[in-house]
Amino acid sequence: MSLTAIEFNNVSKKYSQSGDYVVDHVSLSIYEGEFVTILGSSGSGKTTLLKMINRLYEPNEGTIKLFGEDITTVDPVKVRRRIGYVIQQVGLFPHMTIAQNVAIVPKLLKWNKSKISTRVDELLSLVGLEPQEFRNRYPSQLSGGQQQRIGLARALATDPKIMLLDEPFGAIDAINRLNLQDELLRIHGGLKKTFLFVTHDINEAFKLGTRVMIMNKGRICQFDTPSHIVKNPADDFVSSLIYSSREQERFWEGLD
Amino acid sequence: MIEYAIRHSEKWVKALLEHLEMLVATMIISVILAAILTMAAMSSKIISKMLVHVFSVIYSIPSLALFAIMIPVTGLGKGTAIIVLIIYNQYLLLRNFITGLNEIDPSIVEAATGIGMSNIQVLFQVRLPLSIKTLFTGIRLAVVSTIGMATIAAFINAGGLGSILFDGLRTMNVHKILWGSLLSAGLAIGANALLLQIEKKIYKFKLD
Repeated sequence: MSLTAIEFNNVSKKYSQSGDYVVDHVSLSIYEGEFVTILGSSGSGKTTLLKMINRLYEPNEGTIKLFGEDITTVDPVKVRRRIGYVIQQVGLFPHMTIAQNVAIVPKLLKWNKSKISTRVDELLSLVGLEPQEFRNRYPSQLSGGQQQRIGLARALATDPKIMLLDEPFGAIDAINRLNLQDELLRIHGGLKKTFLFVTHDINEAFKLGTRVMIMNKGRICQFDTPSHIVKNPADDFVSSLIYSSREQERFWEGLD
Repeated sequence: MIEYAIRHSEKWVKALLEHLEMLVATMIISVILAAILTMAAMSSKIISKMLVHVFSVIYSIPSLALFAIMIPVTGLGKGTAIIVLIIYNQYLLLRNFITGLNEIDPSIVEAATGIGMSNIQVLFQVRLPLSIKTLFTGIRLAVVSTIGMATIAAFINAGGLGSILFDGLRTMNVHKILWGSLLSAGLAIGANALLLQIEKKIYKFKLD
């Protein structure tokens, strides 16, 4: 069995003292090289779970370990520099060129100029954008899909072992989204990294994930390979998810 | 009237230079102080609210009263005037600095933090360059307000264009009153127009 990349031990989070748990005593293990998708409706706790990994949120209870190391013992800034992070709103820096955006973390880590420059070209090619054409543009000159490719390149800059992706394609049109999904699979396959991908789109979750984690009300309903989940749904919530997706399929077939 | 200005050119040029000296000294110290206070304000919401509240209360005190209050403490003259002007400026500067730094799109700040920038790096590499226009607006407002209030500072022997104006009022000299008012108003209007031109050249970045 491969190394455990991410381990949750009885982790809980609530935002107010009196409120309900947003993440409710969750324990899980994710192994190196896995592509895990977290599927849940809004309010299921999936984004909170993700943001506890790079310490944007701190859990109220429990411990989180990355490659066996308790993250509370490491400076949060250092933890984050080891993890790639991509969000739905992309959050590119509008005052910097594409090359400067991608180079931001290597620059913070004081890489030398030629190394940074080679890395930027490498990354732009990796995410399918011609370096010569895009290096000196500004984010506002790019389409939404292109901006998210840059967001991905920026997150991959220092070759982190773990990538956290928070609904990265949520605001992108259907055709571009399919392209980006395929490219993400290609990037994951070539890099042997651990990907954790939050989405509320069941098709996206089952297409991308080597394992799918289904969350509801702060708890994990089921965490298994796509085919196992479809064959043996763990509870009513999972069954209803699969049922709703099948219904949609039937709707499309009906139109044919 | 023109004739008067030429005959006494030495006098009003001196007053104008005094006025500019007060303005420059006040602005340099004000901006440095406001920058330090803004850093403190960015570290905690409570400090931020407290500072803005305290300076807004002070700002509402009429300037003549504050000049008078300070006389027993720091005496008459330019020094006292500059101290008072710096205190007044803090409200205008702080309010604009804090608003500017906080009006950045939260997703940009989240991305910056998420990829591993420290709070200081987020402040200087992201918040500051993106809010430069709002920061500059604060400085422009402070310059215009300082020019105006420095005129009143002539009451406590600080010199400047106000001294011509008050001389004129005391001796009922129409030329002096007119020239004092024209020069101080002209300086304020001119500085505002100039700084507005610069401000327009600053590009405001926005993410589409």
